[in-house]
Amino acid sequence: MTNLSAPPTVNSLAKGLTSLSLGIGVLMAVFIVAKTSSAPMAFHGYIMMLAFALGIFAVIKFGSRDNGRIAAEKSPAGVFYNDGVIKAGAIAAVFWGVIGFLVGDIIAWQLAFPALNFDLEWTNFGRLRPLHTSAVVFAFGGNVLIATSFYVVQRTSKARLAGEIAPWFVFWGYQLFIVLAATGYVLGITQGKEYAEPEWYVDIWLTIVWVAYLLVFLITLRRRQEPHIFVANWFYLAFIATVAVLHLVNNMSMPISFVEPKSYSLFAGVQGALTQWWYGHNAVGFFLTAGFLGIMYYFVPKRAERPIYSYRLSIIHFWSLIFLYIWAGPHHLHYTALPDWAQTLGMTFSIILWMPSWGGMINGLMTLSGAWDKLRTDPVLKMMVVSLAFYGMSTFEGPLMSIKAVNGLSHYTDWTVGHVHSGALGWVAYISFGALYCLFPWLWKRKGLYSLKLVNMHFWISTIGIVLYICSMWVSGIMEGLMWRSYDALGFLEYSFVETVAAKFIPNIIRAVGGLMFVIGSLIMAYNLWRTVRGEGDAVPETSEAETSETSEADVKTVPAE
Amino acid sequence: MTHLEVANFAETWGLLFLFGMFVTAIIYALWPANNETFSEAANRPLDDE
Repeated sequence: MTNLSAPPTVNSLAKGLTSLSLGIGVLMAVFIVAKTSSAPMAFHGYIMMLAFALGIFAVIKFGSRDNGRIAAEKSPAGVFYNDGVIKAGAIAAVFWGVIGFLVGDIIAWQLAFPALNFDLEWTNFGRLRPLHTSAVVFAFGGNVLIATSFYVVQRTSKARLAGEIAPWFVFWGYQLFIVLAATGYVLGITQGKEYAEPEWYVDIWLTIVWVAYLLVFLITLRRRQEPHIFVANWFYLAFIATVAVLHLVNNMSMPISFVEPKSYSLFAGVQGALTQWWYGHNAVGFFLTAGFLGIMYYFVPKRAERPIYSYRLSIIHFWSLIFLYIWAGPHHLHYTALPDWAQTLGMTFSIILWMPSWGGMINGLMTLSGAWDKLRTDPVLKMMVVSLAFYGMSTFEGPLMSIKAVNGLSHYTDWTVGHVHSGALGWVAYISFGALYCLFPWLWKRKGLYSLKLVNMHFWISTIGIVLYICSMWVSGIMEGLMWRSYDALGFLEYSFVETVAAKFIPNIIRAVGGLMFVIGSLIMAYNLWRTVRGEGDAVPETSEAETSETSEADVKTVPAE
Repeated sequence: MTHLEVANFAETWGLLFLFGMFVTAIIYALWPANNETFSEAANRPLDDE
């Protein structure tokens, strides 16, 4: 059925057009450097110049050996999968993950000991915080999603990724976006919108990259050999398409000049706030949830060697999430200038969201029916199952916190921070770690990971770290919420703000220790995956393989005889 | 187009349209004839090399 009998080739027209476009990019970057009055933007101009020039060099060299043929191995199903870009995405995910977790822990220590900002503008909390959030959400999470979506869409469609240059453009273009965004924050360029901090020119670059991502994904789907589109691809597609819409609408703004970083949003006042949180909460719903559910619906069945528990439930899960999430954003704006009915609407949809979230969690967990014993022997599967438990917990806590009365206590406190991290560390990072532990041996064709003991160590250190993190934030969040609202007998506020800050000292230290454990866990993972890539894992067979379970049964039988 | 017109449209046709789409998706998910497709798809991660 497959139309490829030999490895694919690179289209020379595509090579020419890409080089030409990148050449125009170089010229635009030169123009920015020459004209701008902003030193950080000039710096960005130099980065773009370098990146586009390297891009031209890479495109010209691409496939120049072997008559334009790309080195690719035929899979057992007869498809030449494009795994190179997935390998790159998996490595980038580990790299940015470690950096993002580390920066997060640094700012956690800053909250306990403010002197750790060294009184420098580049390292103060206000600049490092968006660096942390963007590094973990967009750099780590984004690379995990790009890598896994490219893996899953090819395998479940039995088709090679569309285009040869395009997937690499998506990967390297996205890394350029990360570098521009991150360096911008440190140098003071921001438009002050949470999770959408990059300024207009970086937003335009991301739009170009994202449209390429959408096209690669859609055209690959169109080439599928199976009539039915596998559910994980629906989740990935919803993630890509919705993030495109969110990004475009929330970043509508007017730059003061084509060579200056500053821009003004087209929205003002409460409309601006609502647009921002429509964006912000759907970044949670479609980036951090839908995309990672795509991972769940492929990697959990694959690892557990069980079919999806209920495929019907997965479809209902998908459509319910899509229809509900988009309305939940106003719960970020309780007791603000936003009209009451809109606040109540946001709250109501957030509460209804509990059901599809738990439907999805149950579907993931029940996929292990008949394979629960694997949790004993496979720490990777254990990580994925715990991620689902955290998904369930944080999607229960979220609706709870969206209730106006609860939000009156929880909003602006550390409780919110704890909630976000139980979702981000427990759910998003753990399902990602699970996927990375699967992907590395698969992509580099190793029999297994270098060490399952190290996976287990990573699992326990990180899990204890997360528990320390969220428990300390519950304590400090509820404490400061109660302190803010307590009045004395004469009707005056009982505590000054700084007293509530001082009271959080010990929970802040516990949180930073928990974060440090999470960083250490990620370093253990990086080491383990590096040894796996080097081929030192072949000696350790995967415990989840069928042969292994057969032999272990045989072992059990022989025990009494011995 | 005024704010009121947009709001009226959203509260009537917009609501019906989205709700109709959702109901269609649920019917598709529960339609008995789709059973075979779905059981193949549920197994697809296990047979995809």
